[in-house]
Amino acid sequence: MTKGLLIDYTWCTGCHACETACKRELGLPREQFGIKLAEYIWPMDEGKDFAHTDNWQYTYFPMPLDACDLCEERTAKGKLPSCVHHCQANCLFYGEIEDLMERFLEHPRQSLFHL
Amino acid sequence: MANIELEKASHLIPEFRYREDGMNVTRGSVWSGPGCHEGCGVLIYTDDDGKLIKVEGDPENPFNKGRLCSRCLALHEVVNSPERLRHPMKRAREDRGKDKWERITWDEAFDIIYERFSDIKERYGAEAIACCFGTGRDIVPWIYRLAYTIGTPNTIFTMSGMSCYLTRVLGCIASTGCFWVGDYSQQFLRRYEDPRWKRPDTIVVWGNNPLVANADGMYGHWAVDCMKLGSKIIAVDPRVTWLAAKAEVHLAIRPGTDGALAIAMLNYIISNDLYDHDFVDKWCYGFNELAEHVKDFTLEKAEEITYIPKEKIAKAALMIAESEGSILQWGVAFDMTKEALPASQAAFAIFVITGQIDRPGGMVMPTEILRFVGGWGYEELILGKHQDMIDKRIGMHEYGLLNAGIMACSTDRWIEQMETGEPYKMAGIWIQTTNFLACTSPDPKRTLAACNKMEFIAAVDMFMTPTIMALADVVLPVSAFTEKVGLRVGDGFQRCETINRASDPGDTRSDVEINMTLGKRFDPEAWPWERTEDVFSAVIKDCGGIDMTYEDFQELAPGYQPFEYYRYESGKLRADGLPGFNTRTGRIELWSTYYSSVGLEPLPYFEEPIPGPVSTPELLEEYPLILTTGARSWFFFHSEHRMIDSLRSRHPWPRIQMNPKTAEINGVSDGDWVWVENHRGRCKRKVEITPIIDPRIVMADHGWWLPEEPGDFDEGLFGLWDMDINNLLKWQAGRAGVGSNYKTMLCKIYKAEPGDEHNTWTREEAYSYVPREDD
Ligand code: SF4
Ligand code: SF4
Ligand code: SF4
Repeated sequence: MTKGLLIDYTWCTGCHACETACKRELGLPREQFGIKLAEYIWPMDEGKDFAHTDNWQYTYFPMPLDACDLCEERTAKGKLPSCVHHCQANCLFYGEIEDLMERFLEHPRQSLFHL
Repeated sequence: MANIELEKASHLIPEFRYREDGMNVTRGSVWSGPGCHEGCGVLIYTDDDGKLIKVEGDPENPFNKGRLCSRCLALHEVVNSPERLRHPMKRAREDRGKDKWERITWDEAFDIIYERFSDIKERYGAEAIACCFGTGRDIVPWIYRLAYTIGTPNTIFTMSGMSCYLTRVLGCIASTGCFWVGDYSQQFLRRYEDPRWKRPDTIVVWGNNPLVANADGMYGHWAVDCMKLGSKIIAVDPRVTWLAAKAEVHLAIRPGTDGALAIAMLNYIISNDLYDHDFVDKWCYGFNELAEHVKDFTLEKAEEITYIPKEKIAKAALMIAESEGSILQWGVAFDMTKEALPASQAAFAIFVITGQIDRPGGMVMPTEILRFVGGWGYEELILGKHQDMIDKRIGMHEYGLLNAGIMACSTDRWIEQMETGEPYKMAGIWIQTTNFLACTSPDPKRTLAACNKMEFIAAVDMFMTPTIMALADVVLPVSAFTEKVGLRVGDGFQRCETINRASDPGDTRSDVEINMTLGKRFDPEAWPWERTEDVFSAVIKDCGGIDMTYEDFQELAPGYQPFEYYRYESGKLRADGLPGFNTRTGRIELWSTYYSSVGLEPLPYFEEPIPGPVSTPELLEEYPLILTTGARSWFFFHSEHRMIDSLRSRHPWPRIQMNPKTAEINGVSDGDWVWVENHRGRCKRKVEITPIIDPRIVMADHGWWLPEEPGDFDEGLFGLWDMDINNLLKWQAGRAGVGSNYKTMLCKIYKAEPGDEHNTWTREEAYSYVPREDD
């Protein structure tokens, strides 16, 4: 039985709540993270800038890092991982990989993570 | 008393206090401080000594469904911060601005405040005392009641033109009879599953970034929930925010020109016959006058003014008109422009004539327990006991609009009145839940000097702030929301939500408790309650018409009041029970009889922001960039949280966002410290280069001060003079007395070179500052 995190980053708004929730859960110092946002924001039309395009790559992606233990302590008590619980866009999911796989295949542009 | 039946959420664990894993858990709601005024549902974890361990989102609360933003996730750091004010303190008036505080007892503090305010009352009258508050947090009703108990009608929302929320509220009340908010199903216990609700076809995010701001009772990520259900976004924003990037159409507007955009949209909708004839014929007043008035405002003209291509304006207007349910998700960009009233009047009219009013997924009227903008206790205390004060509210004669349904004063007139003593002298200030010098006040130098003339100033806060350091004679430490009992009766829909004490307040007291204790000294009859719980029971019964006590609410929370759509048809919006809206004409007034009766233009108009590239072209050579301020942060609530390491480390310095081209032209690089300067003043910002902003525009954040720097005035007042973006702003309200220009200025930027790194300003200079000619 393998547990994992499914990240539907299409909806990730870059709010950082997962980072803050995780840091607290793991008691991490200032510089360390268990999950960290990557971002790429750029107008995608060659040579066109702000005023002349609506075509943006505008993506935040929450990366689980080495410190992530899938909230071992919390999940042992039947709770959701702190990042999943607090995610403001409801775009993080926790569960059995097989169950997550179903959702994974239903929507494009997601990412699946396990330890 | 009407007995309103409430619908109650069910909980897996029925008790609101329970044990989990050796910790105590207390379920409840949030009403600051610290943090915002949303009222998210929380589970507060404490140890057996009453120390706060953490706060989690309450998954069973329909409002936020377990979600929290970083600010409440870091709450334990705020509540347990060693920087907090823990005891009352006093200081001699001549030591204002110096760190010469002396610890005193609560009794002594109340004695001093009572004596000093009584003395002012005796010599100048109670109206010489002003009670100041900030944004709509857990203070508004209680500070009104304290003011009315003292006998003064002067309650002050410390912003020029009250230019946050109240402007839109006032405009709507005057022309439609009430305030309207977007329908995200927040009024229903079952939320998106309630069969009465329908998801909005479009959400027009206009003049705010709700995902970050969480303002006006709207939890920002509801917009994302609705997008998942199929709602389309129309974004009006000078920047490409996440919502703008995902929008069906993004209108990248020049700051301060929202009125022009709205008027052109009205014209487009009317002249292309896209409006809702049935709604307009039956329920609107003045449509023909409006149509005639806007008919020359073409899309071409709007494009020239707003920088938005006309095809996009047309597309957005058409989308709204075709929506069965469209939300105007509007924000402070409307209020923070000088002619805020006509701009918001025009924007709201779009949603009126397209029939989005009081329908599922449109604009709905929030149910309330206590309409706090009306000032709790006015009838009983001012009308009942201090009739001589009825005519004394600052600005009420000059600005007729201020009599439309709110009780705050004209803040701009208050500043002048402190300076001139006309028409009567001001001598005292009570400051509660506002750090105005660092946050809301334009031209902080002028504000400071005006306030400093006051003979006595008392303040209440969680932390020492630049405002308190510069001005207060007595300061009282206030409890955090986990340390108090409370009732969330804030903006947006008011549900039955209680704030439950979970952690040990130590020697701090809650805002209500402070006001009740002080209020009793002035007039025990005005506060006939023993405990703060009893105050809330009175509010629930007398204002809310709900036959319950506070303790009942605690058991029940969150509870939902009955809600119906289309109340204008059933006569439930009017006291006389007739169908229609609660206005003189019984209709929504597109031509406002109220505005007309108080000498204001009855129809919406657009005025160029001043200064600006059009209104003051002569300034462009020296100040070539358009500056807009107030960009919200994920990690701070306005001027709060700067001393909280886990939050501050994520947004360490004030910043100015600019396009790579702008940076290149100005010879600055990402991370450089620069001065942002206009003809009135300057402040420092760190450059953040981003493609999401127009090269002609730069965007600064607000509310900055540096708690880690020395507080002593001559050592920089916590870095205030260097960091306050409001150094560039001016006290100046719109014609109606509301609205002010916070978001549209011109500026230049240049590197902060060694040797020119500070705005020095001595205590001596500050306290003897004379306003400029043009103020
Ligand atoms: S699952 Fe837990 S440990 Fe992993 S990123 Fe989320 S909060 Fe951090
Ligand atoms: S909490 Fe959710 S929406 Fe916010 S940054 Fe993390 S994954 Fe994205
Ligand atoms: S929006 Fe954020 S700060 Fe406001 S109550 Fe909710 S979690 Fe707290």
